[in-house]
Amino acid sequence: MSELVLGKDFFVEVMKDLHDMIEVQRDYLTGLDSDIGDGDHGINLSIGFRAVVEKLEAMDAETEDISSFLRKVGMTLLGKVGGASGPLYGSFFMKAGDDVKGKTEVTFEEFCGMIANGVKAVQTRGKAEIGDKTMIDALVPGIEVLLDEKNKDKDPIEVFTACVEKMKEGAESTIPLVAKKGRAMRLGERAIGHKDPGSESSWMIMEVFLNRLKKL
Amino acid sequence: MTRLINDGYDVVEEMLEGYTKAHPEYVKLLEHDGRVVVSQKRSKDSKVGIIIGGGSGHEPLFLGYVGENFADAAVIGNVNTSPSPEPCYNAVKAVDTGKGCLYLYGNYAGDVLNFDMGAEMAAEDGIRVETVLVTDDVYSSENREERRGVAGDVFVFKAAAGAAAKGLDLDEVKRIAEKCNSNTYSMGVALSSCTLPATGKPIFHMDEGDMEVGMGIHGEPGIRRAKAEPADKVVDEILKYILEDMKIKGGEEVYVLVNGLGALALMDLYICYRRVAQVLEEKGVKIYKSLVGNYATSMDMAGMSITLTKLDDELKEYLDYPCDTPYMKIK
Repeated sequence: MSELVLGKDFFVEVMKDLHDMIEVQRDYLTGLDSDIGDGDHGINLSIGFRAVVEKLEAMDAETEDISSFLRKVGMTLLGKVGGASGPLYGSFFMKAGDDVKGKTEVTFEEFCGMIANGVKAVQTRGKAEIGDKTMIDALVPGIEVLLDEKNKDKDPIEVFTACVEKMKEGAESTIPLVAKKGRAMRLGERAIGHKDPGSESSWMIMEVFLNRLKKL
Repeated sequence: MTRLINDGYDVVEEMLEGYTKAHPEYVKLLEHDGRVVVSQKRSKDSKVGIIIGGGSGHEPLFLGYVGENFADAAVIGNVNTSPSPEPCYNAVKAVDTGKGCLYLYGNYAGDVLNFDMGAEMAAEDGIRVETVLVTDDVYSSENREERRGVAGDVFVFKAAAGAAAKGLDLDEVKRIAEKCNSNTYSMGVALSSCTLPATGKPIFHMDEGDMEVGMGIHGEPGIRRAKAEPADKVVDEILKYILEDMKIKGGEEVYVLVNGLGALALMDLYICYRRVAQVLEEKGVKIYKSLVGNYATSMDMAGMSITLTKLDDELKEYLDYPCDTPYMKIK
């Protein structure tokens, strides 16, 4: 893989981008959630990322390395969001940096490993499998692209674009499914025909990372 | 519907400020955690800590039931969203007297994730925390353990709290809560959506004059949507589902709750209650006692739910156990 290097400032900027994206998509995500859940997914994420941006400068100043910074982001989401998305996205950021502790910059390969660690944390916490109609349906196919040996020498932007595309497909794949987790689980077949809001927000979050990568 | 609020993102904090200022003899917020409402009337004796909680927007659930011989603390989440793990843990630290604590809340994925994390944190401090999930919404799943918790919370919390107040140990308090839950059956009807404070918009679209039978307390879709029908017909339909599911026999006794979801006139609730009483009488089911009013709401949603709890002498004792909170007083 190429010599792309991501500093801590990359992750700080991504948090601002995530906040802006969530503000724009808030009502759309909330609408998806109204169809099969309790209609608050976008609002909860906006509460979380508003808190992250509010504390961003302090969290940046208080931390030396990427891992500790992301841990603070995760703790903030865990504390402010609540619901299922608080612990899930909170765990994603809290665990993402586990293999790069102490580092102030990471290679693209290390970055892919971070995303994979984050997704593993979501799986551990949420105990969902592929096909359960959750964010796992988007996240897991995406990290398979990032970890694929065949992609090792390809251009990072090309690889990450393919990852986001797979995640989008994964989100689409939730439409015909019966939910096995979350509030939608109790709808049975009535959940068929609706996209899972967590699967949609998770590829959108990865697309924000992609757009920031393109600016490097 | 138009809400009378300030910034939609401040509703929970502003409500808690108002609530604790209105009822200072009953409750206070934890100094280091503004999402934990703690009783000011906790017993001097050591007892099992009763901790209830969940998303905001269901008032008087959960904070209204914090007080003497009822909940020792309520953990407060954002609107329709479970609280985060930290306040779940802080509530345990605040009320545990060495006999452990019981978490009681409605069965929703988010609440389970967060309260479980709170219990894990408490376990690291050597405090035992057990959990009973309320699963009373008949239509939400065929399987009892997958069902949502709705207004039946009130009875399950009350029975557990009565047992704790009497001095029973954690295993027994948990047994009573589970017993009450497995005898509690609810179902509701919505006539309008609630309005989310953060967006000022309804959670789902509903035409004026329509109803949805079986809808959940957060607007989760129900069984059928149709033009609103007369109260008796709607009550008959809801009771049919409840009574079939609970397999109750003539001669058995129930506690009845006809619960308003927030914006339905009390007049309408009593009209519904009248029909509930008629149907139960026809079936030979005895009404032991009843509650009629807004006990577990969905903000400004118009609608109501019916809850029946099948009783025996043990459940009666704990449901009747004296308590005093701003929204539940039993002498």
